[in-house]
Amino acid sequence: MTVPTALKYTESHEWARLEPDGSVTVGITHHAQDRLGDLVYVENPVLGKSFRKGQECGVVESVKAASDIYAPVSGEVTAINDELSASPEKINQDAYAAWMFKLKPSDPGELNSLLDAAGYQRLIESEA
Amino acid sequence: MSTSPLGRTALHDEHVRLGARLTDFGGWEMPLHYGSQIEEHHRVRRAAGMFDVSHMLAIDLRGQAVRLFLRRLLANDVVRLVLPGKALYSCLLREDGGILDDLIAYFLAEDWFRLVVNAGTADKDLAWIIAQRDRLAPELAVQPRRDLAMIAVQGPEARASLWHARPQTQAASEALAVFQGAHAGPLFVARTGYTGEDGFEIILPASEAVPLWRDLLAAGVVPCGLGARDTLRLEAGMSLYGQDMDESVTPLEAGLAWTVALKDYRDFIGRAGLESRTPRFQLAGLVLRDKGVLRAHQKLRSTHGPGEITSGTFSPTLGCSVALARVPLACQPGERVEVEIRDRRLQAEIVRYPFVRMGRSLLPD
Repeated sequence: MTVPTALKYTESHEWARLEPDGSVTVGITHHAQDRLGDLVYVENPVLGKSFRKGQECGVVESVKAASDIYAPVSGEVTAINDELSASPEKINQDAYAAWMFKLKPSDPGELNSLLDAAGYQRLIESEA
Repeated sequence: MSTSPLGRTALHDEHVRLGARLTDFGGWEMPLHYGSQIEEHHRVRRAAGMFDVSHMLAIDLRGQAVRLFLRRLLANDVVRLVLPGKALYSCLLREDGGILDDLIAYFLAEDWFRLVVNAGTADKDLAWIIAQRDRLAPELAVQPRRDLAMIAVQGPEARASLWHARPQTQAASEALAVFQGAHAGPLFVARTGYTGEDGFEIILPASEAVPLWRDLLAAGVVPCGLGARDTLRLEAGMSLYGQDMDESVTPLEAGLAWTVALKDYRDFIGRAGLESRTPRFQLAGLVLRDKGVLRAHQKLRSTHGPGEITSGTFSPTLGCSVALARVPLACQPGERVEVEIRDRRLQAEIVRYPFVRMGRSLLPD
């Protein structure tokens, strides 16, 4: 599985995509879902709540383990993907289509501090 | 963590070839899953799956005094084993009643019993058994059988699948009652398991393991990893050594009173210790009524006091989370408890377990 080049990545295995309207869409990477195994529960942040970059804002749980989700950039939650509460397996099926939530960034410049695809690829290879 | 290299079973190369995700379990490199542990779980509930359980250790005890020795060694009573091939689940206790391990004892002949013990405790068990042998029955031979492999075939179609893969086993295994085994050529086939489904556990020479595994695969039996084994056993209300019990608890505190034969006077190791201790808690089933996943070591509050989860998971069959937990002795089925998960308090209900038996939910509505 390739790491999509259009996305930015965190060292904690979230992906982030800057949308044309300025919002940032967030999910977990293919590598993250592969390591967790079958997902059975997604706890998204509350709509309207604000987080600092790197702050815990949600949880995904597989049969095997729970894993915290961290905000890739600072901002306010403007949308959540409700579909995941009934069908968390959608993340296993396509981690880059099954987004979790959207943020309105308070400092769009923070996106530049995230890993690009090549940097993320190196990270997961170093963890293997 | 030990730094010694992980053990590999006779089926290791098969697991790699099938794309298994491997994990360290009790010092063995074992399959966690082969793609999706939930799919594997459902296959066992609905059709048939197979597990490499060769990491468990078979220990043969041979000699005229073997039955008498096991009546001292085990908390359950092998006097119940009358027919050759019959199996018995038992705890192995310390003098103080703490659980050293849980195991299955097979009666193979009047001078030959076999114990099957957990992988992570095998060395400790063997040392304990040899020490007790030296003290109580020095003429007995104690033989660890690392030359044997074990394959569990489980699910409603498991028995028919074995007979399809190996027709010559059918005559010997067709009439087997639950917890009864028989030799079928080089295979020892027993109607036991750790899933709450019908099926067999097959003990065989390690050199026979790959051909049988491949024949079962060709018969449509799906390979399953330890991930599915854990969700299946927990749904079936079966305890896991090291999680639901260990040396710090007694069988009476671990939901295993039914495995301790106290009726007749029999001086087994741990009896005096057990009888001098008052149980501190009981093992109870929990069903989470809120969304989330119960996990081992989460704390809970009941109206009778605190408790702690020993095993918890998402149940693929029930579509919700279930757990085993140590709760105060006064707790009753139907009562609500609060479980602390991260910064939240979730509602769970105490229920009788098993949660699932033969593919069906046993939960109250």
